[in-house]
Formats: sequence, structure tokens, C-alpha cells
Amino acid sequence: MPVSSLPSRPVAELLTALSSGNLTSRQLVESCLEAISAQDDTIHAMVHVDAEGALKRADRIDERRRAGEPLGLLAGLPVAIKDNICCRHLPCTCGSRMLESFRPPYDAHVTEAIQAADGIIIGTTNMDEFAMGSSTETSAWGPTRHPDDPQRIPGGSSGGSAAAVSAGLVPLALGSDTGGSIRQPAAFCGCVGLKPTYGRVSRYGLVAFASSLDQIGPFARDAVGAALLLQAVAGHDVRDSTSVRHQVPDYRTELSRPLSDLRIGLIEDHFAEGLDEEMADAVRRTVHQLEERGASVRTVRLPHSKYCVATYYLVASSEASSNLARYDGIHYGRRADGCTDLMDVYCRSRGEGFGPEVKRRIMLGTYALSAGYYDAYYLTALKVRRRIREDFDAAFRNVDVLAGPVTPTPAFRIGEKTDDPLAMYLSDIYTISANLAGIPAISVPAGRSENGLPLAVQFQAPPFEESRLLRLADAVLS
Amino acid sequence: MTEYTTIIGLEVHVQLRTRTKLFCGCSTEFRPDAPNTQTCPVCLGLPGALPVMNRYAFDLALRTAVALNCDIAEFTKWDRKQYYYPDLPKAYQISQFDLPFSASGWLEIASDDDPNATRRIRITRAHLEEDAGKNLHDESGRGGDSRVDLNRTGTPLLEIVSEPDLRSASEARRYLEQMRTLLRFMGVSDCNMQEGSLRCDANVNLHVRTSDGETTATPIVELKNMNSFRNVELAIEYEAKRQRMLWEKTGQSIEDAPKSTRGWDADRGVTFAQREKEESSDYRYFPDPDLVPVVVSREEVEQVRRQLPERPDVRRRRYQEQLGLSAYDAEVIIDQGPEFAEWFDSVAAACGDGKTAANWATQDVLRDLNADGMSLSRFPITSQVMGHLLTWIVDGRLTTSAARDVYGVLKQRAADGQVLTTSLVDSLAAERETVRDTEALTAAVHAAIEALPKAAADVRSGKQAAVGPMIGMVMKQVSGADPKVVRSLLLEALQE
Ligand SMILES: [Zn+2]
Repeated sequence: MPVSSLPSRPVAELLTALSSGNLTSRQLVESCLEAISAQDDTIHAMVHVDAEGALKRADRIDERRRAGEPLGLLAGLPVAIKDNICCRHLPCTCGSRMLESFRPPYDAHVTEAIQAADGIIIGTTNMDEFAMGSSTETSAWGPTRHPDDPQRIPGGSSGGSAAAVSAGLVPLALGSDTGGSIRQPAAFCGCVGLKPTYGRVSRYGLVAFASSLDQIGPFARDAVGAALLLQAVAGHDVRDSTSVRHQVPDYRTELSRPLSDLRIGLIEDHFAEGLDEEMADAVRRTVHQLEERGASVRTVRLPHSKYCVATYYLVASSEASSNLARYDGIHYGRRADGCTDLMDVYCRSRGEGFGPEVKRRIMLGTYALSAGYYDAYYLTALKVRRRIREDFDAAFRNVDVLAGPVTPTPAFRIGEKTDDPLAMYLSDIYTISANLAGIPAISVPAGRSENGLPLAVQFQAPPFEESRLLRLADAVLS
Repeated sequence: MTEYTTIIGLEVHVQLRTRTKLFCGCSTEFRPDAPNTQTCPVCLGLPGALPVMNRYAFDLALRTAVALNCDIAEFTKWDRKQYYYPDLPKAYQISQFDLPFSASGWLEIASDDDPNATRRIRITRAHLEEDAGKNLHDESGRGGDSRVDLNRTGTPLLEIVSEPDLRSASEARRYLEQMRTLLRFMGVSDCNMQEGSLRCDANVNLHVRTSDGETTATPIVELKNMNSFRNVELAIEYEAKRQRMLWEKTGQSIEDAPKSTRGWDADRGVTFAQREKEESSDYRYFPDPDLVPVVVSREEVEQVRRQLPERPDVRRRRYQEQLGLSAYDAEVIIDQGPEFAEWFDSVAAACGDGKTAANWATQDVLRDLNADGMSLSRFPITSQVMGHLLTWIVDGRLTTSAARDVYGVLKQRAADGQVLTTSLVDSLAAERETVRDTEALTAAVHAAIEALPKAAADVRSGKQAAVGPMIGMVMKQVSGADPKVVRSLLLEALQE
């Protein structure tokens, strides 16, 4: 096969070629590096590429393969990680000047897991600053561009990971999803993006945005790739108290189980005004295909979904205001020069280090947690959050999976929403509720729009039913 | 006439005796000599690091709260207390706000008026939290950089808040002493104030009752940086006087001024106004989303209650009622803490006589420990060896002074590196065994009477004190003689 297109081959094909000896990990890494140097000046999906380290690890894995040693699940496949996941040998900047010089002295759980599975971490991907954004435009290192149209954004906040996979720079990537940050860019870029159940993947080493919402998940070109990467990183971790002791199924084997008698609920509330016609048609078309293959379809209501965006921005910003307080210029990260006293160090370091969107959310969250406002904002948001979760519990009593759009529109233009934060926030309107409810959700490509942009469908399932989502993705894509 | 009552509530911070910190695996050892060596991504607050509760710390906290007669909450959670300070790397402290794991307990202390009566001081709540680090400022006056040592960051602290039930500085001191004794006997803390494992803040104000029968409260002052119980007492005494003078001068009441903070300057013996912490009014507490709530069942609480070590007050009563110790001796032994009391118990059991064990423990042994500033764990004479030596006294085979002699030799041998055994005690004691009623003793008695005729005559005429020199003479001649036996032999012989 032609070397340049290697990273965009199906993962199953790559694994077969690797194990049969037709392909080495070095060749695969080299082809990723070539693709990056050919395309990434335009796309700007990567923040840091560790070419030397990746090749070295590839050689070691190739040696072990030649020696007949058994290899882990990822068997020498390159993986890119979002720039908010700690890895000892890479910088971790979170797309922020605040952490421009930060190199984590420890590995995240997922980093360890990828390496234990013989995956090769090839570099870090661009993101909105501290994962706050829906377009990668808030990255201090400049926006990532849509692989199919450089005038458009790839979505966000994990836009770099989505663009890297879709452009064929890497076969697999990890992102993090707090309100749609995996699914929305996957939808815009036309790849598979899965947000697992809260607690399914350890957050240890993921730089926190909103602790009760953040989850790490995979990007891949197909369901097999997503299943494989999820398999490698899922499972209980004692270092994350919110990680759950729930057995990890063999997601790849699960893929071959038939989807018989599947009951699909079409979320009526997500087809109201604001949804692009082409997007709505893509969802209906996909669901109809599944119906033709034996699934039953009904419409369901999520009555509290209209409160999702408000609830999300209170919960997420409150937690973020606390999580980001540690960047104070004292212990690590950016410290402003020439400060006169402690307050000056705090104010100027944070003033220089954070971009406007991060500041906006810190202020919003600080306000919501302040004495006299806590009950009206944060506490009320927690109560609504419970109602939103109950909506899902009720829906899942009658259906196995919920279907709807991922985003209101296909990928928008660079700069189109940067001056209108509310419009930007609304691009996550359909994805936020899965984070608030803690349930797994997946974005699956569903054709293209008239002007060639990817369209997508979202499926949501009850907790720990990731394999159901992966089977659906596989069914839709094959 | 105007009456002044001092109203005191104490906030005690106790460092729990865990090997590792509250939310990570770092050591809690006190190492001011090696700053920032006992740290990891979690207690440094590095991006992406997450806390995991140390269950043993929680268990120690539970044990303490049960010993303080607190109600244990079935559901408790962790909250973030948010403020900026260089010794707080996450810019929030993980603490407990509205749902502490325990509340509504009490501690009994001896009353001021009647030492035989007790007073119950109510405990409002006890909650668990992580300690902050330590800022090290340049004290040379040359304006060098301040540094931060994060070794202490994340050490488990139990905050025990009392109701304002204490009425005098001496009562406050007794409360602290009682608290320290209890915590040490419960095995939850070593309560070392020098190393900061026990810290105390006091809320002090006055209730002023004027002759017209009206009572007014003066503004509450929180006293800080008192590094010993003595200083707590002095600071409260000073503060009560200061508030009284201020009241007489200004008549300012609690409605006129908010709570303020004052530090204690031990050198000058005064309290002084301290600057308030930045924005201390709003800590923006909210539940820590990185930690899961803790559920404690009734059964678990009952199990903790059943497995509680012997309480110091129960132990004191046992010493008096079962071992026949004086109240004073019992108190002295308890005051030394659980290791010493255990050692004493084992000596008493080995020799079969609590009083003899108490005499030796509170006199010879304590004197030696204090003189050498030695901890019991480094004291060379084990309770077994000590108990064995004391059986010789209890059986009347060794005089107290001969036993002291053996005790001295034992210490010397230990210093020379010899291992002390009960058989070594036996051979040393046998050499000094009390001589009774032997021919030698009788001969020496008669010789003494002959040698000191004046003394003999004095005794015969009723001046019993005159027997002393004769006892001395006999003792000199017959080493190992029991002076009590010699005395009665002399008196017998003189009556003939
Ligand atoms: Zn640590």
C-alpha cells in the first residue's frame, strides 16, 4: 500500500499488516510523520510532535515483534493525545500560555495504558485553551483548520485530535469531552468520536476543566479503531476516586454481535428550531436505515433538555474557576516579570497567562459560587442536573439507545462565532446533556452536505453500554 | 457592681498519626531540614493530579470523634475551601464544610471551683481536612525571596471546635491537657506542639453584667500563634484583661465591631492585631467533584466504639481502685502518655505490686528519662527486666537501696552494650540479697551496742532516734542487711 495513505487505512487492516510482517511500526510512524510534515502546516492539528521518541519506540516494538514476543493490544499503532493529557516526555500546555513551559513529571493513566498496550504516543494535538471552546480558536497557538476546508474550524475543544485522524495524520487519537469536546469535532471532521460513561476512563493526568463532566475518549476513522483504543484505556484506576469498578468488556468482540431487536428513541426535543435541514435529514436517514435492518424507532422526549446549556455553563464554569485557581504563578507555569508583591504576582501572571474565554468562564464560575449567589446558581444547577439525568433514566426504560444530531450545523467558518460566545455555546446544545447525565455517547459520520462537509448522527446509551454504541457505529459505517 | 465573665471557645487542630498524607502516598514525617522532599504530583497540586482519600486517616478521625462522644454522620462529603496563598498549591484546601463527619460531642474536665467535680465542655464538631505547607520568609532583613516548603501539605488534620463553654484561661489549659491526653491514649496523634502536630486558636470575649442587671458581650477576638499550653493560658488571661479595659474605656459591644484576629507575642507577653487574610470572608466552599462522599454505617461506628483503646479517665480509676495507687501517682503516670502507661502496666503485672511499680516508675525511671531527655522507647530497661527486679523487693529479698544499686548497674551494663536479661538481674540481686537474722547480724548488733554505750543508754531511756548511728554501724559491717530488720534487732537487744 502507498506509504502516504497508511494512517488513513482501517485500523484492522493496519494490525493485520503489522502482525504479518508486511508493515513495521517504524514505517507506520514514518508515514504519520510524512503526512504531518506535508499537511500540518495548513491544518495545524499538532502542537508537539515527538518524531525521535516515536521512532525509537517503534523500533523497540518492531524488534520485539521480530523476536516473537507477544505485543499489547495496540501493537505498535501510533496515537496522538490531546494537549491536556500528561505524558512525561511531552509538553502539556492545554493550549494556554499559562502552561507554555510546563512539562509534566508524571504520566496520565491513559498515557501509561497506551504505552502498556504497545501504542506509540507520537505527539500532542491542538485544543481550545483549557478545553474551553468549540472551535480550537481559543488555543493560544492559533486555530486548527478543517481538513476539508481550511477556511473552516474543525470544532472543539478536541479539534486537533479530530482533524489529525480525519486528515490521516494519525490512525488514532485521544480527546477529552466535557460538554461535547470529542463528539462535536468528530462530527465536523467526519470521524468517529466516543465519550465514555463518566468513570469509565480514569481522569488521572487529564488536566481538569470541569471534574464532574470531563471524560477521555477515542477518535478513530471507524468503530474498530475506537473500540480498540477505548479497550486500551478503559478500566478502574485507584488514583481516580470517581473511576468505576465495572468490568471492561471486549469491545472488539462485542462489535460482531448482531444488533437485533434494537429499540431506538429519536429525541424529539433535538429537532426543534436551530437545526440545519441537511443535518436533520442525515440523522433521519441513518435511523431509517437501521429501522430497515430490524430496529424499531419511536420518538422520545427529554423535557429538561432546554435547560442543558444554562445548567452546563454554571456547573462547568464553577468547577473550572476552582480547578484553574492553581495557576497562580507561584509553583509552576507562567509567572509575570517584575512583580512588586504577592497580589501583583497573582493578578499579572493570571492576567497574562489566560486568554479571554478562560477568563470569562473563571469569572462566571467564581460569581456562581460566591456567598449569596451559590444557592441561586450552583445549587439550582445541581438540582436541574438531577432532573436531566432522570429524563434519561425514564427514556432508557423504553428504548435501548437515543438518536439525534450531534451539532445544529456542519463545521462553521473561522471567526464566524468568536465574537458571539452564546452562539458558540449553542453549538454544543445536543452534546452537553450526556455529560450532565454521565452517560456514554458517540458521534458517527452520516454522509456529507451539499457543499461537501461531513454530517453526523449522535447515539446515546445507558451507563456502561459503550459496546452498544460501537456496534451501532459499525452498523452505520459498514 | 460590674461582673465580667470570660467566654472562651477553642479550635484545636490535631495532626493525625498516619504514615502517609490524607490524599496521596507521601510520608508525613516532620522534615524541616529537607524541604519539598515529601511531595508528589497530588500534594504539589500539579495539573491533572487527583486526590484519593487515605482510609486509615479517616478511621483515626472516626476513633477520635467517638472518643469525644460525637455523633457520627452516616454521610459525609469533602468540600473545597478556596483562597490564594503560596503555601496552598491548589489554591483550595480540601476540607469539610456543611456536612462534617462528626458533631455534638463533649470532653469532661475538672472544674475550677471543685477539683473533684467535672464539667462537660461541648464539642460543636470535628472535621477532617488537609494541612497547608509552610512559607519561609527571609528573616535576615535583606529582603530575600520567600520560599515555600510543601512537605506538610496534605497532612491529615482533625479540626475540633468547642462550644464557647470555657470560662477561664486555666480551664482552657485544662481542656487542652485533657484533649492531648485523650488523643494520645486513643493512639491518634502524638500531639507534639513544637512540631505543630497540635495547634490551637482561641475565640475570646467577655460577658459584662452591669449593676442594672444587663449583660453585654464584647467583640469576639480570635487568638492565634500560641505555641504551648502555657502560652494559650497567658494569651487568654492577657486578652481578657485587655478587653475589660477596652470595654471600660469605649463600651464597645459585639454589635459594634466584627470578629478580629490577634496574634500572641510570647516575648512581650501581649496580643497584637493581625492583618486579616485576603478576602477571608468568602471561601466559596463547594463539594469537591474529585472525591466521592463517605458513607459510615451504624455497625462501623459500633465497631469503632468496641475497639476503642482504654480511655485515660478509665485507666486512672483502674490504677486507683485496682492497683491501689494514689491519685497523684496515677495522674503522673497517665500524664506521661500511653507508652509510659503501657510500660508501667507491664512492670506492675510482672512484679505483682502496683504500688512498688508506681514508686519506681514515677521516681527513679521518670527522673532518669527526664534527666537524659530520653524517650521511653530508648530506655534500656525493659518492663520485663524492671518487673523482675521489683519482685526481689516485693518478696523482701532486696532492700530498696540495694535494688537501686542493681538498677544503677543495669543502666551501666546497658550503656556498655550488654543485653539486659532477667537472669542478669538475678545474679546482681543475689549478691546484694538482704541478710536477716543470721549469726553475723546478731554479732554485729551486740558489737554496736558495746561500741556506742551512750547511744544505747539513750535508746533505753526512750530516745528511739538514738538508734540511728547503731543501725549505720551494723549496716557497714554486714552488707546487704535490711535496715528495717537491723532496727528491730537492735531494739529487741536493747530491751533485754
Ligand atoms: Zn504527595
